[in-house]
Amino acid sequence: MCAKMSPGASAHPFIPLTIQLNGDRVEMPGPLTVSELLARLAIDARRVAVEHNLVVLKRGTLDEIVVHEGDQIEIVNFVGGG
Amino acid sequence: MNSDNLIIADKSFSSRLIVGTGKYASAAVMVRAHEASGAEMITVAVRRVNIALPGAAGAPRAPKEASLLDYIDTSKYFLLPNTAGCYTADEAIRTARLGREAGLSHWVKLEVIGDERTLFPDTEQLLEATRVLVREGFVVLPYTNDDPIVCRKLEDAGAAAVMPLGAPIGSGLGIQNVNNIRIIREFARVPLIVDAGVGTASDAALAMELGADGVLMNTAIAGAQDPVAMAESMKLAVRAGRLACLAGRIPRKLYANASSPIEGLVGR
Repeated sequence: MCAKMSPGASAHPFIPLTIQLNGDRVEMPGPLTVSELLARLAIDARRVAVEHNLVVLKRGTLDEIVVHEGDQIEIVNFVGGG
Repeated sequence: MNSDNLIIADKSFSSRLIVGTGKYASAAVMVRAHEASGAEMITVAVRRVNIALPGAAGAPRAPKEASLLDYIDTSKYFLLPNTAGCYTADEAIRTARLGREAGLSHWVKLEVIGDERTLFPDTEQLLEATRVLVREGFVVLPYTNDDPIVCRKLEDAGAAAVMPLGAPIGSGLGIQNVNNIRIIREFARVPLIVDAGVGTASDAALAMELGADGVLMNTAIAGAQDPVAMAESMKLAVRAGRLACLAGRIPRKLYANASSPIEGLVGR
């Protein structure tokens, strides 16, 4: 899957980023932090955990971590299981 | 009997039944089954969220999916994330770390599967993952096979409990190797939880009668025709089995031993 996102109302200049998001190649306008990525995906940060290049991010750091070209990001949540 | 709590690591649970959240026909049934089970600890799985990319021209998003956590009162239930579906120590360790961040607790039901048809554990990878996660401060509850030696090694590696299977996950076959569970009971210095294989209430009662400290199940409840009624039966079975274990059963004898006096019979 490869989907494009509109730059939206961002004041930043549009810099396309290609990342691996939950195993899929996704292109989106950068620059952006992990918090901004979650907001664009309409994901409630309190309900998920994020792994950035194999490092699990602490909740309080999502604002500070910047997503770079080629980054590998996993966003997970809890589902039913035994 | 109020003090007969299940104690694992630094936590105390008044229920010795641990239940899952998978395979329910609806969230409403799950909520009622949890309620009826009396369980305080509930297992959950860690999976990728469904990514809904916004459309290029601001196309409407799909309606927001309900989250499992919308249906679990975390002030009432303690969440135990699992590493189900992981086939290597590395995958299980990654999943455990993500589960810790998602759930904000450092407990994990550690599963490392060795084969997809049997879902039997890969005990070599399980031991390795246990060692790493214990070093990282996790309270590790490993799902393992009913092998007393592996259970001892897991305990030596720092596992907070050992969780041997009664039978393959979701099989409902009941406890296949009663004597191994008995031996594990004798060996174990940490809580022994029979995890997986329970089909009906008598299986759970048997596990407890054998001396298990608790029973963990998912499919036996979620897959029953009436999951809420089965959840209640499991609550009673675990309680009954526990009481029977503490009460101390009579020895098995081959021949009869009359309950009524032999003396004073009419006509003798």
